[in-house]
Order: sequence, then structure tokens, then C-alpha cells
Amino acid sequence: MEIIDILFTASFWAAAIRIASPLIFATLGELICERAGVLNLGIEGIMVAGAFAGWMAVYSGTDLWTGVAIAMFVGMAFGLLHSLLTVPFGLSQHVVGLGVTLLATSSTYYAYRLALPEVTSPPKIDAFQPLEIPLLSEIPLLGGALFSQTPFTYLAFILVLVVSVVLYRTPLGLALRAAGENPAAVAAQGLPVTGLRMGAVIMGSGLMAMGGAFLTMSAFDSFFFEMVNGRGWICIALVVFGAWRPGKALMGAVLFAAFDALQIRVQQTSFGAEIPYQIFLMMPYILSILALVMVSRRAEVPAALMVPFNKGER
Amino acid sequence: MRLEAITQPSLLRKMVPPILALITTVIFASFLAMIAGANPLSVLGLILKGAFGSQFAILETLNRATPLIFTGLAAAVAFRAKFWNIGAEAQLYAGALITVVLGTGVLPWPSFTILPTLALVSILAGAVLLLAPALLKTRFGVDEVVTTLLFNFIFLLFISMLLEGPLKDPMGMGWPKSARLIAEARLPRLVDGLRLHWGFALAVLSAIGIWVIQTRSTLGYEMRAVGLNKEAAAFAGISVNTVLVKTALLSGGLAALAGFSEVAGLKGSLTLDLSPGFGYTGIIVAMLALLNPLGVIIAALFVAGIFVGADSMSRAADVPTYLADIMLATALLLMVLAIMLTRFRVVRD
Repeated sequence: MEIIDILFTASFWAAAIRIASPLIFATLGELICERAGVLNLGIEGIMVAGAFAGWMAVYSGTDLWTGVAIAMFVGMAFGLLHSLLTVPFGLSQHVVGLGVTLLATSSTYYAYRLALPEVTSPPKIDAFQPLEIPLLSEIPLLGGALFSQTPFTYLAFILVLVVSVVLYRTPLGLALRAAGENPAAVAAQGLPVTGLRMGAVIMGSGLMAMGGAFLTMSAFDSFFFEMVNGRGWICIALVVFGAWRPGKALMGAVLFAAFDALQIRVQQTSFGAEIPYQIFLMMPYILSILALVMVSRRAEVPAALMVPFNKGER
Repeated sequence: MRLEAITQPSLLRKMVPPILALITTVIFASFLAMIAGANPLSVLGLILKGAFGSQFAILETLNRATPLIFTGLAAAVAFRAKFWNIGAEAQLYAGALITVVLGTGVLPWPSFTILPTLALVSILAGAVLLLAPALLKTRFGVDEVVTTLLFNFIFLLFISMLLEGPLKDPMGMGWPKSARLIAEARLPRLVDGLRLHWGFALAVLSAIGIWVIQTRSTLGYEMRAVGLNKEAAAFAGISVNTVLVKTALLSGGLAALAGFSEVAGLKGSLTLDLSPGFGYTGIIVAMLALLNPLGVIIAALFVAGIFVGADSMSRAADVPTYLADIMLATALLLMVLAIMLTRFRVVRD
């Protein structure tokens, strides 16, 4: 059967890894925020802002990695805004998050219209190109899938490792996780809960923006409105599905992306052509909801997620 | 720094932060207008004039406010019980969908029953659509924020599928657009000759109705109790899950009325651009209204005014209309901060 054959091609898995990459960045970002106790619903808008900022920087003449850094800084700026309002001021994380998404999205569109008032179709940049890793890329199936990606994708995988090590093997990671589980205990140790949480949200938002930048700088080479298209919300589902662990979140993102890559290929088969294309486009969102239903019952949510911490209050 | 509750806030305390929030929003918008190379004062003037400067402008603003009152109420009702329905956009389309399905001549009933039937069935459609996330929350513990958000994408694709398939108007010159409603299914104008339909009156009546429910009924009391403290509410013998499901049904129904009123009152048919994000903007409306149903009317007029005003400003001053969205997002963030500052004092330690 043709669908089974698809699963054994390197190009299929290469596509899955490519689709997973922006999700990996943004999921890691959301995971860091939530581990510290802050739900960041700004994710969708921050991804839009990152997608635009990185692409615009490169279009204006910087090199690709500078563009990635600029996208990250833009994300961090929105993270600073989010964390200022939700951490020291303890405002509703739902409302602030949605507000940040609206602000980031609308200011991005505003900036786009100002920067490129005349264009009808957005200009292209020279995006990241695949970099085949010698020897490794020659492994059958796996090599073509994993080791013939762009450097931006390799960075995503490296960051999963880095975030895991920091979260589980360093005092900073311990303090950060504790801030999301039992902030009063962290404060009793003399550690700054506010600082830890704000830092987590700022760093996490930087990663979300890089996820957005991946779309315009590696997956595609141009910026479109609506290009993030709910990926941020899907990442929030992926954090839950990955049980707030970087490694599991990575598996979740790849699994999810594999389904997405599969539906694109099924669409092109004779069987798929009979079905309205909207059914296929719905699949990622439906999958996310199903994933949440499967794991939510026994989810180990960080105990102090969405609970503001105010010193002197008991 | 830490926050200290103020037991008896003075009038000054209650007034100054919200006013400062609005002033800051205006200053920020002026700054953005300057970046765009326009004169900020004339931009603000053009927005005001475009929103309220003529009879046409005011009617346009009232028309734009109508769906926002419904979606604002939907958010206000749900958020009061801390049920985070971010899916008003999908529920709006559910109402619009059922209106065009039943309003194009399939109901063999006397004509005066058609509009009430359509409104009721719309409410039902929106309620049923939100029932799924509500039950997923109460049965499986699935966070409703993500499910309602994802439902928006799923449902819009569903509408797109119908508009390119079974609902496609054969007379539509190939556009993905539904057939038009029959005359009996159109909401009449409030006053002959003025472009404002009964949807606006229905929206205002709904706001009053919700206000009565919230302040005068057991359900309203229970919804507030669940929102303030779930554990305490359960301890007091309130069935939290039942209240959440009832809240969801009410919220979804209200959002769906926005779709009904847009189709039956304004557009006459269903297209994919029926709502430019009314569902999401309803959240801003609800927050600016401090979740008060009567305040929703005023907040919706304010928000609609900014949108309508920015549209006409953009044509005249060549500043992107997204300025309106930035202003509203800024106002939202500053307003929640300001409201907190009316009740808490920032203390340095």
C-alpha cells in the first residue's frame, strides 16, 4: 500500500523533522515558562513577531545568524513585557498572554506595512540551506532524515539537550523547577522567585521567537500574514503531551510533525484527492486535541502553574 | 517589590490608574502614528471623526459594535466563572452557519416564526459547539484554553469546506459564498432609512438579560462563586462541573448570536470573511468592561469606534489600520494593570 511505502522514505522523515523544528523551539520556550510557573499565551504572537523580525533583518542586509539573534531579542522583549505584568504584578496569565499575542501580532503587521508599503507579494531572502553532515548523512533512511537538514534545525536539537541539562543537572534548573512547584520554599532558601520566573519567561519567549523565525528563514524564505497559523497553540498542547519534559516534548513534536507530513503526502495520492483538502488541514488541530485528551487525566502539571507569588502573603 | 492590598481605596485611587491607562494608550498610538510619518494629532482626530463624526459614522460604529456586544458578553459570562472560552470565533460561525442553512427557505412555517426560530437554533448551535470543550474539561481535565482556540481553526476549515461544497451558492460566480437568506429571515432595520438593524437591539437586550441573570439569579451567584474559589464553592454544595457546563452553554449561545445577527442583519449570506476576529476582540471588550454585562455595551462601542475610526483614518492619512489593533491590545494590558493598581499598593522592601 502506498501510504506504508511513504513511511520508509528518507524524504518523508526529512520533511517531518523540518515541520517539527519550529515546534521544537517554541515548545521548549513554553516548557521553560511553565516549568517556572507561568503560562505564556503570548506564544502565538511572539512567533509571528520572531518570524517577521528575523526575516526583515536578513532582508535589510544582516547575515542569517544575526537575523536569528534579532528575532530572539524581539521575542525576549515581549517576554519581558509578559513577565513584568504576570510575575511581580501577578496579573491574570490568560489575559496578559492573549494581550501579548494581540500586541505582538498587530505591531508586526503594522511594522510590515510600514517597512514594505508598496509590495504586493513579500520579497524572498536567501534562507538557510541544508547542510549535509559528512558520514552521518550517508546512513540509510536516518541519515537523509536527520543529518541533511539546515543548521537551524540542528540548533533545535542541540537546544533540547541544553535545556534538559540546565533543567535537570544544574542548580539554576532546580531553582527554576522549584519556582514552578513551590515558590514559597524557593523564597525561604533566599532565592529570588520573581527573578527566576521573569528570567524563564524572557528566555522562553526568545525561543518562541526563534521558532517563528525558523518559518521565514529555513522552512520558507518569505514572510506571510497568518503563517504561524495556530502553531503556538499547538505547542502549548505539545508541552502537556510531553509531560513538561524536553525529551518527551521533542518526541511529541516529531510524532506530530510526522502525522502532518503524512497527511500532506496522502493528500497527493489518488485516494486523498477524493477528500476535501480542508479535512487534511484540520488534522493537526484535531490531533493536538486528541493528544491532550489522552494525557490530561494523568498530567503532572507544575503545582504552582498560574499561581502568582507575592512575598509577605501566606 | 511586593503588593499590599488596600482595604478602603479612595476615589482618587479608583479613578487615576484607569485614566492613566487610557492616556498612555493614546500617547503610545500617537508615537506609532509619528513613526508612520503622520501628524499624531490629526491621526487621532481622524479616528474620532471616522467613528463618531457623522450620522453615517455613528451608524457604522453601532453596526460594528453589535457583534462585539455578543462576543463580549460571551467572554464576560465565561471569564466570570473562570471558564476560559477563547473560541467565540468558532461559535459565531456556528450561529451564522445554522442561520444560512435554515434561513434560505427550508422552513415551511409562517414567516413571523422564522426569525425567532433562527435565533434560538443559533444559540443552540453555539452552545453545542462549546459543550465539547466544556465536557473535555470536566470529564478529562483538558484545558479549555487550548481546545477552544484549536476549535476556531477546525471550525473555520469546516465552514470553508461547506462553502466550497454543499453550501456553495450556484449563483455566486464561483466565489465560496452561501446562498442569500430569504426576506423573512432578514432582521429588519430599527428605523426605516437608517442602516442599523434589530441585531443591535437584541444585543443590548441580551446584555440586560445577562446582567439580570448575574445579579438576580442563583445561577449568577453560583457562577461568581465558582470563579472566585472553586474549592470553597464545591464545599458550599455547588456542583462546580454543572455550573461550568451551564456557563459554557450560555457563553457559546451568546457568541453564536453574533453570527446570527451579522448574517440576518447585515450580510444576508455566509462568507469566510464574515468575522474579522470578532470572537477574539470580544475578549478585549469583556476585559475593558471589567466583565460587567452592561459595561460590555459601552466597551463594545469604544472598541468598535476605534476600528471604524481607524479604517477611515487609514484611507485619509496613510497609516496602517493595524494601529487600531495595537491600541486595543495596549489598552487591554494597561487596563488590567490599572485595575489591579486600584486595589493594591506597590511596596518596596
